[in-house]
Amino acid sequence: MPIENVDTDQIIPARFLKATERKGFGDNLFRDWRYESDNTPKKDFVLNNPIYSGKILVGGKNFGSGSSREHAAWAIYDYGFRCVVSSFFADIFKNNSLNVGILPVTVSPEFLDKIFTAIEADPKTELVVDLPAQTITIAATGESESFDINSYKKHNLMNGYDDIDYLQAMKEEIKQFAEKSIY
Amino acid sequence: MSIKPATLFDKVWDSHVVRKIEDGPDVLFIDRHFIHEVTSPVAFLGMESRGLKVMFPEKTFATADHNTPTINQHLPVADPLSANQLKALETNTGKYGISHWGLGNPKNGIVHVVGPENGITLPGMTIVCGDSHTSTHGAFGAIAFGIGTSEVEMVLSSQCIMQPKPKKMRISVNGKLGKGILPKDVVLYIISQLTAAGATGYFVEFAGEAFENMSMEGRMTVCNMSIEMGARGGMIAPDETTFNYIKGREKAPKGEAWDKALAYWKTLKTDEGATFDKEYVFNASDIEPMITYGTNPGMGIGITKSIPTAEAAGGSKSSYEKSLQYMGFHEAEPMLGKKVDYVFIGSCTNGRIEDFRAFASIVKGRKKADHVTAWIVPGSHIVEQQIREEGILDILTEAGFQLRQPGCSACLAMNDDKVPAGKYAVSTSNRNFEGRQGPGSRTLLASPLVAAAAAVTGVVTDPRELIA
Repeated sequence: MPIENVDTDQIIPARFLKATERKGFGDNLFRDWRYESDNTPKKDFVLNNPIYSGKILVGGKNFGSGSSREHAAWAIYDYGFRCVVSSFFADIFKNNSLNVGILPVTVSPEFLDKIFTAIEADPKTELVVDLPAQTITIAATGESESFDINSYKKHNLMNGYDDIDYLQAMKEEIKQFAEKSIY
Repeated sequence: MSIKPATLFDKVWDSHVVRKIEDGPDVLFIDRHFIHEVTSPVAFLGMESRGLKVMFPEKTFATADHNTPTINQHLPVADPLSANQLKALETNTGKYGISHWGLGNPKNGIVHVVGPENGITLPGMTIVCGDSHTSTHGAFGAIAFGIGTSEVEMVLSSQCIMQPKPKKMRISVNGKLGKGILPKDVVLYIISQLTAAGATGYFVEFAGEAFENMSMEGRMTVCNMSIEMGARGGMIAPDETTFNYIKGREKAPKGEAWDKALAYWKTLKTDEGATFDKEYVFNASDIEPMITYGTNPGMGIGITKSIPTAEAAGGSKSSYEKSLQYMGFHEAEPMLGKKVDYVFIGSCTNGRIEDFRAFASIVKGRKKADHVTAWIVPGSHIVEQQIREEGILDILTEAGFQLRQPGCSACLAMNDDKVPAGKYAVSTSNRNFEGRQGPGSRTLLASPLVAAAAAVTGVVTDPRELIA
């Protein structure tokens, strides 16, 4: 999806945020880009083309901008993606992704261009994301780049822990801190 | 011993770090947590499945705003899904003892309007909410930013979130603003210069004469839209304007507590010699009334200008063309004179009393253009009350406008206030994304004055021509 500034209103429009449980959001992923107003699929949209498949979503610069809705990350996860690749992510979307178990991989603009060129030439292009090694590789050519992730988040993702577990384990420290607060 | 000069942001952030994790985020203590009906239900569900309790219920405040109707609020909410979310908020807040200003409560309104107007938002605080426009509260010299639902669960259950410390940016606007130039124009101008991703990874401090001379409501409009240039948040050092605004508000400190707080708040400014990772300086005299022509808030120009060519706009040509195609616009066309179908004044960006005063100043003695549908939506019941008391309602009614009831309304069109496909709306809200105001809707972001000028003429009009 070589489009820049893909905002979270496109990923999941506001009218689909009315659920009180986290389920079924994948059906409305990119709703208005994916379907006509009469719910027939738009043929030229990438998710409607069966030639593309996989668990890695590749997007243009400034992916996930706008609203803080975690529903955007839920929709991407629920659809089946586990990794999003772009040259630049919006901050809140990046945090939300990590919190729901999606790995955001930031690559250089040049490497992103290479990925798009490879996919355009062959929609079956295989991308390999190696979290322990922190690398992303275009399988056919072997071209590879390393990506950043802090060791705390990496440890969490690899072991299935989350921030809530961490914070619960330090509640006494938080309580003492709160006692000093003037608010 | 000399103390290293610090920025306003450093002072507030560093005083809230409970623990620093090596090669990881900071554990940040949160002073105020706002919640609403859309991004909180799954957080409460998560807490229940883990068997967690709300650690400090008195530090969280709930209001219903995102999907509430803006007419007939006394009747049951017709949409069952919206009604269900409102009910969930009521149940969850009741269960955990959290203050809840739901639909029908006299304090109800948009979360970023009611927080400040009731004195809940104070300088030096850390403030979060599951809403990206939480940056609004930065106007008070607070660190305020939007979070996701997992983080809402963290704050409810531990009063902390885990955040890497952002980089620091200062944006100065020097000089005085011209006639008819509002804070909304200032922030749309800044975003047009930086682009919609120009401040991603940064926390912004707004400084300089233009902000020093601005009212608190104007500062809130500016900080509100910091997220639209990608910033984590924006803040302005508190000063006498801030203290005068807060003093006497319901939940503001009183008596001795006020004096103590005030002494602390006066220390909340960037020290001379403190450094930023990035600085921008602009001149107030370069800013005209602004309007957007594309599908992100960075795509804005002075209202008298023409739509830039793809080359002049920079960025990806195909994304730019897709955007103009969606809007039904072409390169090099002027914005003035373009037909407008809808006008929306309201939202957490421009839903406060000064915005309605500005709108009324142009509408007074004129009539709404026949083909324009206008939605006039106050940010809260308190604002609605002010509109009535100040005689603004009479001006609006005389000109053929109707006042609606408070809520987020057409800013994100979760309720019934949706702009139909293909129609053009001049909107005082914060986002012109595709379909933001309803599937297929086309949004032109602008100030309350530009919105008023469009509402009475029916086309994009320079408000300066209508100001006496």
